[in-house]
Amino acid sequence: MRRTTSFLTSSVGRKVIMALSGLFLSSFLVIHLYINLFLFKQDLGHEFDRYAEFMATYPLLRPIEIILFAGFLLHAFIGIWLWLMNRHARPVRYALHKTGQTSELSSRIMWLTGFVIAAFLAVHIKGFFITSRFITPDRSMYDIVAEAFKNPWTDALYVVALFFLGYHLRHGFQSSFQTFGLRHERYRRLIDWVGAIFWLLIPLGFAAMPLYFLWCK
Amino acid sequence: MNFTLKIWRQKNRQAEGRLVAYPIRDIPPDASFLEMLDVLNQDIVSRNEEPVAFDHDCREGICGSCGLMIKGRAHGPHQGVATCELRMRNFPDGDTIVVEPWRARPFPIIKDLTVDRTAFDRIMQAGGYVSVKTGQAPEANVIPVPKANAEEAMDAAACIGCGACVATCPNGSAMLFVAAKVSQLALLPQGDAERKVRVERMVAQMDAEGFGNCSNTYACEAECPKQISVEHIARLNREYLRAKIQGGP
Repeated sequence: MRRTTSFLTSSVGRKVIMALSGLFLSSFLVIHLYINLFLFKQDLGHEFDRYAEFMATYPLLRPIEIILFAGFLLHAFIGIWLWLMNRHARPVRYALHKTGQTSELSSRIMWLTGFVIAAFLAVHIKGFFITSRFITPDRSMYDIVAEAFKNPWTDALYVVALFFLGYHLRHGFQSSFQTFGLRHERYRRLIDWVGAIFWLLIPLGFAAMPLYFLWCK
Repeated sequence: MNFTLKIWRQKNRQAEGRLVAYPIRDIPPDASFLEMLDVLNQDIVSRNEEPVAFDHDCREGICGSCGLMIKGRAHGPHQGVATCELRMRNFPDGDTIVVEPWRARPFPIIKDLTVDRTAFDRIMQAGGYVSVKTGQAPEANVIPVPKANAEEAMDAAACIGCGACVATCPNGSAMLFVAAKVSQLALLPQGDAERKVRVERMVAQMDAEGFGNCSNTYACEAECPKQISVEHIARLNREYLRAKIQGGP
């Protein structure tokens, strides 16, 4: 027990929790994107609505929903804690510190990209999850989505937020493997390729949806 | 060559510090950065003022004493060198050079550019050793060491403990230093017996000293004068996870 608690409060342990919760949240993106791709199917949202209905009513998904929210809160909470601790570790800043020459910007602004994603999620969950589940449960999910994405400002917000998500994952995905101790020349290219799916393809796929409803519908 | 130096001057641990500008003239391009500071100090002393305090010892890049933040880069803009190996020809003539001490809470400033790095010593005392009974030295070739392991252990052992990794890390993390020490001993059969307790104790001491948390920016690898790879940090993470999961001594 002592070993477990000292693990969770150690700097390496906190990193592992960040990495695990981050990968867990990333895995949700895959499922989310898969279902959302049915928005493009030319059946007036019939299939998409069937999936949305299943997601909203299947009882086994309720605990998973709670775990997902808890995972997000854990990731955000430890992220903020780490950010505060790291600021504390350097009380006097350098007059000149050329961080841009030694590290990637994406790795240094995880707190900022993370904060933007959290703010976006609040809007996103209000707009779709809460609206469809509690405010207008009779409307089809497809209609809610189509109406929301007719607004160019909403679309712009989504595209910008997804850019931040991609930038967050650009560092986050490969970084988690370093944290698990799996960084090795042998796996480097595999991690980079799978990473590109997460930080490039998935945000692009999501961003295509508001633009599709704006321009093609 | 002529330069304008902006150097952090601070009387003692408690005093407020500030950047002070010093013009310096006729420096040979092949002078090392520390030799240039020697010339500056000679000049300051001749004016009956207090010379700039800075750490230095071997002046050939192997002791880890020197270490300055030069123009926003740990050990200056040149890669793979310590401050003593940096030459003035690496700067354009007439350049303004900002010189600051390492900045991190566990490295308090003693005076001007010298910082207290005993936090590193305490991390080493926590587990950066192999316990052996004294007596006759055993025959070296009795314990076989695979060539690849010997090479990697040697790469990690190149760490001179200068603190550039902490200084450059946006988080003030000491992971590369601790990783180099853990990795070096974990790769060798002599260090195997204590590998679990070593990594646990060294990480605990690192955290207790108040270093920041590693967030994998890899700035440390870019600035390390011995170019130690962050793959050693991956090994430290692996060693730590194994120690916590498997348990036992």
